Amino acid sequence: MEIQNTKSKFGQFGGQFVPETLMNALIELEREFEKAIADESFMEEYRYYLKEYVGRPNPLYFAENLTRKLGGGKIYLKREDLNHTGAHKINNVLGQVLLARRMGKKRIIAETGAGQHGVATATVCAMFDLECEVFMGVEDVERQSLNVFKMKMLGARVNPVTSGTGTLKDATNEAIRDWVANVDDTFYVIGSVVGPHPYPTIVRDFQRVIGDEVKEQILAKEGRLPDYLVACVGGGSNAMGLFYPFADDKDVKMFGVEAAGLGVDTDKHAATIAKGSIGVIHGMMTYVLQDDYGQIMPVHSISAGLDYPGIGPQHAYYHSTGRVSYVPATDTEAIEGFELLTKSEGIIPALESSHAIAYLMKLAPKTSKDDIIVVCLSGRGDKDMNTIMKYVGGESYGK
Amino acid sequence: MESRISEKFSELKKDGRKALIAYLTCGYPDMEATYSLVLEAEKAGVDIIELGIPYSDPLADGPIIQAASEKALEKGTNIDMIFDMAGKLREKTQLPLVIMTYYNAVFRYGAEKFLEGCKSSGIDGLIVPDLPYEEKGAISEIAKNNGTDLIPLVAPTSEDRISKLVSDASGFVYCVSSKGVTGKRSGFSEGLADFMESVRKHTELPLAIGFGISNADAARSVKDMCDGVIVGSAIIERIGQGAAKGDVAGEVRPFLKTLRDAL
Ligand SMILES: Cc1ncc(COP(=O)(O)O)c(C=O)c1O
Repeated sequence: MEIQNTKSKFGQFGGQFVPETLMNALIELEREFEKAIADESFMEEYRYYLKEYVGRPNPLYFAENLTRKLGGGKIYLKREDLNHTGAHKINNVLGQVLLARRMGKKRIIAETGAGQHGVATATVCAMFDLECEVFMGVEDVERQSLNVFKMKMLGARVNPVTSGTGTLKDATNEAIRDWVANVDDTFYVIGSVVGPHPYPTIVRDFQRVIGDEVKEQILAKEGRLPDYLVACVGGGSNAMGLFYPFADDKDVKMFGVEAAGLGVDTDKHAATIAKGSIGVIHGMMTYVLQDDYGQIMPVHSISAGLDYPGIGPQHAYYHSTGRVSYVPATDTEAIEGFELLTKSEGIIPALESSHAIAYLMKLAPKTSKDDIIVVCLSGRGDKDMNTIMKYVGGESYGK
Repeated sequence: MESRISEKFSELKKDGRKALIAYLTCGYPDMEATYSLVLEAEKAGVDIIELGIPYSDPLADGPIIQAASEKALEKGTNIDMIFDMAGKLREKTQLPLVIMTYYNAVFRYGAEKFLEGCKSSGIDGLIVPDLPYEEKGAISEIAKNNGTDLIPLVAPTSEDRISKLVSDASGFVYCVSSKGVTGKRSGFSEGLADFMESVRKHTELPLAIGFGISNADAARSVKDMCDGVIVGSAIIERIGQGAAKGDVAGEVRPFLKTLRDAL
C-alpha cells in the first residue's frame, strides 16, 4: 500500500521523516484511523465518552467583565479548562486511545511538556486498563511536579528524560525512540498536531470538536460567526481544534499566540514562526528554531506546554498562506493575562492559555463594540501554581 | 565508474572476507581525534568509515551516540569542519567514507551545497536514517548526479517495502538488525536470518548489518548472513574510555583488531 505524498503534506509541510522501522506502522495507523473515523459506531463511542467522561460540550462563556475592562468587542471564552483533567488535551487522547484499543494495542506511550497530555493519557489508560508510560523532560518533571504525581497515582510510569535540553522536544525524541523499539505492541499517543503523518491529521480531527462546538454555540448566542479567534500555540492542537472548522470562513480572522519567553530579540523564547525557519523535527517538515547547521535550538517559555521549538505542519501551512496570523506574547505579558483573567472573571487559566489572553489584551481594545472575539481557554491553572508562586515571590523563571 | 564503496566490496568478495564498517561521531572527543581515528581504523583493518555528523536530536540513536553527539556539539563541531577533515583525509587514504546525518542538517545546509561538499571532499556515500523512501526524492536525484551513493536503510518491519527500498539504491544496503535505535544488544533474534534472506532476494547489492553489534562474538554470529558489519556505539564507548585515559587510539585499536579477526 502506497501513500500519496499529497495526502501526507500540507503544501510543503508535514511528511514522514522517520526511521524506516516506523514506516509500516505509520501506514497501518493511517489506514486504521481512516476506517475508524468513517465508522459511525466508533465515532458514537468517541462522542459518548466526550459527553459522559470529559464533560462536553463545555460552555462558550461570555466574559462580560473582561469585555468591559478591555473596552472592545464581545469576548467569549471556550472553556476547555472545564474538561475532565483540566485541559483540551483529553479530547485527543480519548480519540487516540479508542483507536489504540480498536487496533488491539496493549501498551500506550506518550510525551508530555506541561504534563496535561501525560495526565490525560494516564487518566484514559486507567479507565480502559491499559499499560501507560510517559516521557517527560527532567526540567518539566521539576516545574510540573503536581502533574507528575497525578500520573503516578493514575498508574502510569513517568520516565524523566535527561538528554538534550530536558524539555518537551527531548521527551518527544525519547517517545519516538521507544516506539521504534516496541512498535509491534505499542501505540504512541502524540499530544499535539505534530509528528509524522498521519498524526497531525489525527490530532486535528480529534480536536476539531472545539471549533465545531464554538460554531454551534456562537450561532445560538449571537446568530453569526465570530470576527476573531485567538488561541495559544505550542505544537498547536488547541489552536488547530478551534481554527480548523472555521478555515473556510474567510471573514473570521485567526490569531495563534506563540511563547516569546523573555522576548523574541533574546535567545530565550519559543516563538517558532516569528524566529524560526523551515526544517525538520519529530518527523515533520515545518518551521523550527534552528541554527545555520540545522541543529535544533534550546527554547524557553514560562509555560512548559508552549516550550517547543517546532509547530504543527498545518499551522506552518496556514502561516505560509496567510490564513492565520501568528503573534508572540512574552512571559511577562502572559502573567499579566493570567492576573487579568483571574481577577476579572474568577477563572484561573493555565499559563499556556494566559498567552492567548495576553494577545487578547492587545487585540480587544482595537476592535469595535459589535465585534465578537472567541478565545480558547485551553486549560486551567492549577498545575502552574508553583510557577506563579515563585514568580509572585520575585523569582523569574529560566534566567 | 565504480564507486569506491562498490570497489571495496568487490575486493572483499574476491578475498572471501566481510566488510568491517566503523561508525565514528565526528568531533568526539574532538576533530583531531576523529581524523587520527580514521587513519588508525584503516591500519586496524577497517574497510569503510561512517562519519557521523553530530546532531542535536538524533532520533535513530541510542544513549551512547546521543551523548557523544552532545559532547561533539559542545566543542562546536559542524558540517564545514567535517567536510574539511574529509578533504584532508582524502590526501592520505582511499578508504571509502560515508556520511551519516539526519535530514535536517542536509536540508538546512542546502541539499545541492551539501552534496557538492560531499563530492569535493571525497565522501563516497550518504546515510540519512530519517529519510525514508517516500521523502528521499528531495536528494536522490542530486546524489545520483554527483556520484554519491545514497545508502538505504531496510528494517525488519519493512516487509512488503523491501523491494521498493532497494530498487534504485547504490553502494550497499544498510540492514537494521532489530527494532530500536543504535546501541548495544545482547543477542539477535532468529528472525534476523530470515530478514536478511528476504532482503537478499530483492537485490544484488552488498548487505551490511548494523545496530547493536557490540563485540567480536556478535560480529561472528551475523557474518554469514551478510557482506559487512557496522559497529558504532561499542566503538564510541571505547573512544570515551580512551579519552578519559588520554589514549584514544590505544583503547580503540585492539577492539577494532578483535572485530577484524572475527570477520
Ligand atoms: C493548557 C494547555 N494549553 C496549551 C498547551 C499547548 O498545546 P497545543 O499547542 O498543542 O494546544 C498545553 C500543552 O501542554 C496545555 O497544557
